[in-house]
Amino acid sequence: VSTIYLLRRLGEALVTLLGVCVVVFVVLRVIPGDAITAHLGIYSAALSPEQLASLRAYYGLDQPVLTQFFSWLGHIFVGDLGTSQASGQPVTSLVAKAIPVTLQLATMALVIGVTLGVAIGVFAARGRDTARDSAGQAFGLLGLATPHFVLASAIVAVLSIQFGYFPSGAGYASLLDDPWLNFQQQIFPALTLGVSLAATIMRTTRSAYLEVAQQDFVRTARGKGLTERRVRWRHVLHNALIPIVTITGIQFGYLLGGTVIVESIFGLPGLGRLVLTAIQQREYAIVQSTVLLIAATFVLINLFVDFLYTRVDPRVRLT
Amino acid sequence: MSIHRTLPKVVIAIALISLVAASVAVSATRSTSAGRTLVLARTGDVDLLDPAVVTAFQSKQALELIYDGLVEFDRNLKVVPGLATKWAYSNGGKTLTFTLRKGVKFHDGSTFDSTDAQATLDRIRDPKTAATTASNLASIVSVDAPSPTVLRLSLSTPDASLPAALSDVSNSILSSADIAAGTVKTKPNGTGAFSFASWDQGSVLHLAANTKYWGGAPKVNGVDIRVVPDESSILAGLRAKQFDVGILSDPTVVRQVPKTLKLYQTPSLDYYEFAMNSTRGPFTKQKVRQAISCAIDRKQVVQSAAAGEGTVTGPFTSPTYKTAPFKGLPCTPPDLPMAKKLLAQAGYPNGFSVNTMVLTGEHAVMPNIAQNVQAQLQQIGISIKTEALDTNSFVSRWRAADFDSYITINGGTPDPHNMYFRYFSSGGSLNQVGKYHSDRLDGLFAKGLAETNVEKRGLVYDQISKTLLNVSPWAWLYKGYHDRVVQPTVKGYVPMPNGSLRSLRDVSLG
Repeated sequence: VSTIYLLRRLGEALVTLLGVCVVVFVVLRVIPGDAITAHLGIYSAALSPEQLASLRAYYGLDQPVLTQFFSWLGHIFVGDLGTSQASGQPVTSLVAKAIPVTLQLATMALVIGVTLGVAIGVFAARGRDTARDSAGQAFGLLGLATPHFVLASAIVAVLSIQFGYFPSGAGYASLLDDPWLNFQQQIFPALTLGVSLAATIMRTTRSAYLEVAQQDFVRTARGKGLTERRVRWRHVLHNALIPIVTITGIQFGYLLGGTVIVESIFGLPGLGRLVLTAIQQREYAIVQSTVLLIAATFVLINLFVDFLYTRVDPRVRLT
Repeated sequence: MSIHRTLPKVVIAIALISLVAASVAVSATRSTSAGRTLVLARTGDVDLLDPAVVTAFQSKQALELIYDGLVEFDRNLKVVPGLATKWAYSNGGKTLTFTLRKGVKFHDGSTFDSTDAQATLDRIRDPKTAATTASNLASIVSVDAPSPTVLRLSLSTPDASLPAALSDVSNSILSSADIAAGTVKTKPNGTGAFSFASWDQGSVLHLAANTKYWGGAPKVNGVDIRVVPDESSILAGLRAKQFDVGILSDPTVVRQVPKTLKLYQTPSLDYYEFAMNSTRGPFTKQKVRQAISCAIDRKQVVQSAAAGEGTVTGPFTSPTYKTAPFKGLPCTPPDLPMAKKLLAQAGYPNGFSVNTMVLTGEHAVMPNIAQNVQAQLQQIGISIKTEALDTNSFVSRWRAADFDSYITINGGTPDPHNMYFRYFSSGGSLNQVGKYHSDRLDGLFAKGLAETNVEKRGLVYDQISKTLLNVSPWAWLYKGYHDRVVQPTVKGYVPMPNGSLRSLRDVSLG
């Protein structure tokens, strides 16, 4: 990997993030309503001009928009993401509490998704046009077509009605506090996200596997007398990995978005829920900073996936 | 190194790093609930901690457990002693004197006296505080604290609504030291039955029992108010016995509550209405507004929109001042022939088209109400085009009075004065939105405010109700229920028509 390439990619990433800053900032201010209408609702109409002026000053809405933007940006560079207007807590500490919850959820979903997806994909491809292929394909279609909120609500309903079980109700437990409770709280939302991820990965795996399996070198490998197992894993799957890694990287970014709904239904105090509440309450500092953070993660993962290519396929050169 | 060795390692490494990070950083957020802490689940979080500026219902519910007012409401919404043990009007109703309770401490250990009450009321009246309820205290000219246990309010005009206004959470008594230090917005410190312990924003608010509470120590160790954004998940948690109390509002979820749980349905003070802009188009004509009020079958609205979860109401909804739903209208709805006749008399025999804003968002039934009203008005030739708007968008347009008509839920108050004075009097703070006032109504509002005898006041508000229905600036539709689901092990829970959770201070867990 050349230094120039690295610098170029980092430069591009910075420009992208700056673009995200501008878009988030503008969108939040263009949609109707502000922090005052969000908190006071219909009562905001009853404010006297004097009261309104005092509130506008409190929420910083009396500053020119450009001043607000550059003041936010300037603070970010020194690691200050702003302060929550509701609780007075620094956004940094709110985000620091929420990130591990979401990261653990996304990672567990990723592990479930990759394991299930690759396994079912290979399983379906090896029995091409047989019943097991159809079963695999059906899983893929079902997984893709079922929205997160439907699957999540169904899981919650079945567990609570049939088994009187709702682990999230006990209040969030971290791994250190109570690993078993933490696992129970995370596994069902992770399954919800993991199943749809598995569906996407399964479809990609199946087609990539089929394509590679028809190539000459595979026949040669078999001709050399390699075991079928070695041919499948070492030669076919290995060479089918590029599209799988790509789709997994992209999907991981979307996973962070999917957590908004799943975290709400399962009651997990993660990043998705933080940003949802903040949007409803027009907590500009929280929304701007969290969205920026999610975007930064997306960009970083893409960068990481590109580097991973060089490991998967030595022919790929990043220049 | 080949990929099928590297990839699992990378995945495992990411997993391990995340898990360690998760456990370290979140260890502080672990719930402290144990033993006899009552766990309450609801969809929304507290949005602000300063009682004076709070308007969101969910914030008020929580702050009411931390703070006390000079006076408060009992289960029938009668004003009863709080931090004041008694009060009396003198000087022709222009002086209101409160005698304050002795020996009350704030949660930080400081002693409560009249200077705290004085500083609190002065703070609310200061425009810089931007307290939305300041207008309810507009009759106060000055607040004096002649002795530590006496608080005297001098009024510009006799004001019978003042004790009820002072019972509102917004007028909770703060410590004068906190006001001076400017810590009210971030560090709640009241005299209430529960003290503020910690708050994981968006997740859970921990309250601890105040063992030195003047009304007797609560029987539970504390209250955890947990945020579960999805109502079905709240019900799931109740089924799994994870929550002691759950607050619901969606009729479709309420219908699934199993018999093993106790469901309290208390008629709410809040009501749904179809409001018309009487300065625009056809709505400038009283007969058009009356026609709409005559046409809508309220029972059908309740049935189709809210699965029967509600009752038909007139303008006033509090138990003491409840008024007849249709007295004052030239018909008893639904009366389609009369509605058509009124429309013809107004010059619209074939009806007309208008726009209607509909407040959606956290209000599950609102779109259903809009659809039903739309279908019903179609029968008399009125076509309404509905626009579903979330709270922020709705309020921005509403505030600017940029609407033909709208469907919304409106908060009712225990005292009748505060319900409509602001909308339908020439001096009302929301008259630019209510879009209607008259000399007759102004006179009646003044009369109701000056009258301290409850029965005589009732007669005045009956007149106001009839007048409002006759001029029909709005068509009042129905009021819903406060739905509270409680485990059978929770003893002593008392539901209140204003949705207050204050009875949690008397609750025990079996």
